[in-house]
Amino acid sequence: MKRKLVTLSRIISTGAVNFVRNAWLAIAAMAVMVVTLSIVLFSLIANATFTNTIKTITDKIDISVYLKDEVGVAQRNKLITDIKKLPNVERVRFVSKDDALKKYIADHADSPELLAAVSQTDNPLPATIQIKPKDLNKLADIKSFLSKDDIVALQSDETSYSDNRKEAIDKITHSANILERAGVIAVVVFAVVTVLIIFNTIQMAIFNRRDELTIMRLLGASTSYIRGPFVVESIIYGALAAIISILLLHSMFVLWRSSLEATSLGLLDIGYAATYFRDNFWHFLLMQLGVGILIGAASSIVATRRYLKFKTKK
Amino acid sequence: MILLDRVTKTYNRKSTALDRISLHVEPKEFVIVVGQSGAGKSTLLKLLTREERQTSGKIIVGGIDYDKLKDKDIPLLRRKIGVVFQDFKLLPNRTVFENVAFALEIVGMGNREIRHTVPKVLDIVNLKGKEKRMPLELSGGERQRVAIARAIVRQPKILIADEPTGNLDPKHAWDVIAVLEKINRYGTTVLLTTHNQEVVNKLKRRVVTIEHGQIVSDRAKAAYNA
Repeated sequence: MKRKLVTLSRIISTGAVNFVRNAWLAIAAMAVMVVTLSIVLFSLIANATFTNTIKTITDKIDISVYLKDEVGVAQRNKLITDIKKLPNVERVRFVSKDDALKKYIADHADSPELLAAVSQTDNPLPATIQIKPKDLNKLADIKSFLSKDDIVALQSDETSYSDNRKEAIDKITHSANILERAGVIAVVVFAVVTVLIIFNTIQMAIFNRRDELTIMRLLGASTSYIRGPFVVESIIYGALAAIISILLLHSMFVLWRSSLEATSLGLLDIGYAATYFRDNFWHFLLMQLGVGILIGAASSIVATRRYLKFKTKK
Repeated sequence: MILLDRVTKTYNRKSTALDRISLHVEPKEFVIVVGQSGAGKSTLLKLLTREERQTSGKIIVGGIDYDKLKDKDIPLLRRKIGVVFQDFKLLPNRTVFENVAFALEIVGMGNREIRHTVPKVLDIVNLKGKEKRMPLELSGGERQRVAIARAIVRQPKILIADEPTGNLDPKHAWDVIAVLEKINRYGTTVLLTTHNQEVVNKLKRRVVTIEHGQIVSDRAKAAYNA
């Protein structure tokens, strides 16, 4: 037991000493890791930001059903209940004729000619049921329900999800789908590339010192005693690179926020990105540490393996 | 202690490095292996440390049959044999002290004992005061002596030395030979390869001559004429 502890402490201290003695190699390897880890984290944040931007746009999309003035309260309530039962409906809001008028007046307060067209006594605006769908891709089922003959009979006009508006909504939905998928693909691609680059970097660092491995092997050192310090060293690379990449993004979103906003040309909602980063700071730190340490350790184990093999060929 | 029975090593079909070599070395014996470069000396030593595997024949060292040796036991075998490599094989990132201490660390020796043992051995090879140097800061002869210190620090039963005087001036060469003789007197079996006629002639030990992968002579207390 005591011997094992001595061995473990030797492995750790040797790894740490090697890290210092191979400072240049360490810096080069860590620089690569910092850059790749930062890119992945940034793409993750950018993806979340884009998704949020898309969501704020699609959130504004709803379907309005305009009711005839003669539709009674009971009929109207039954319709609302039926709509609420549809699987793709998130919520339903009823806007009465009076409410519609109030909103119209408020919206057009500075255009008297538009206000002149309406009045309390002669309200041309219909009562409206606003349907907020759950999934914009499945508007067809709501539409088909609203197109039933008995329900069309209650409507003063076609629903807002018709003709040109329908086309526009479908286009927005389609683009949103593509953008979201592209974002996920980009994050995955960056993550895969990062794993490969980090693996390669560690492999090169170990290739540089393959003689050490074979010497230790010849002197009769066990596999874990040879490999241990290299794993420790790679874990230090990974951990430091993770912390530096987090600090880099922190300074980007916090210290250089204004210049970032100026250069992003409004493509990226920096305000949201910065908040998202700040809210998830500890998550991101843990994630980067986990990824850096895990990839570092795994690649050093794989990379040392070939130099530790015994000759089996006769 | 060392037994080779009709051992053959071929690296590929065309070249045979060792051709049916049979050799028996008694415990505490001091054997010098001579032969020109390419004769097969290094291959012989590599087989003994299990750096290479024999193509055919039997090798038994210290009671261990190499054919029955599992991979995980190879480190244990190597810990029993001290080796001075021709090219030293020092760890470049470690100091003189750490290089010698490494041989003790891998067998799990405690720190206090290491701090006690290593200076003694460095004293034997005349490297006192250079404990903190890195291998690159040392001369060829000094590196050779670090390699020897590392090989003998574990007091192995068998010591294999591949041209340990190759890079040394005569005075240091004799110092090294004196160290080898000394640990041989303490009971270590020594297998030494050399080119140095003078060393062979003065030692007056058993001399095994290898030519073209075969043992051409094996004489006790012999002299050597290259």
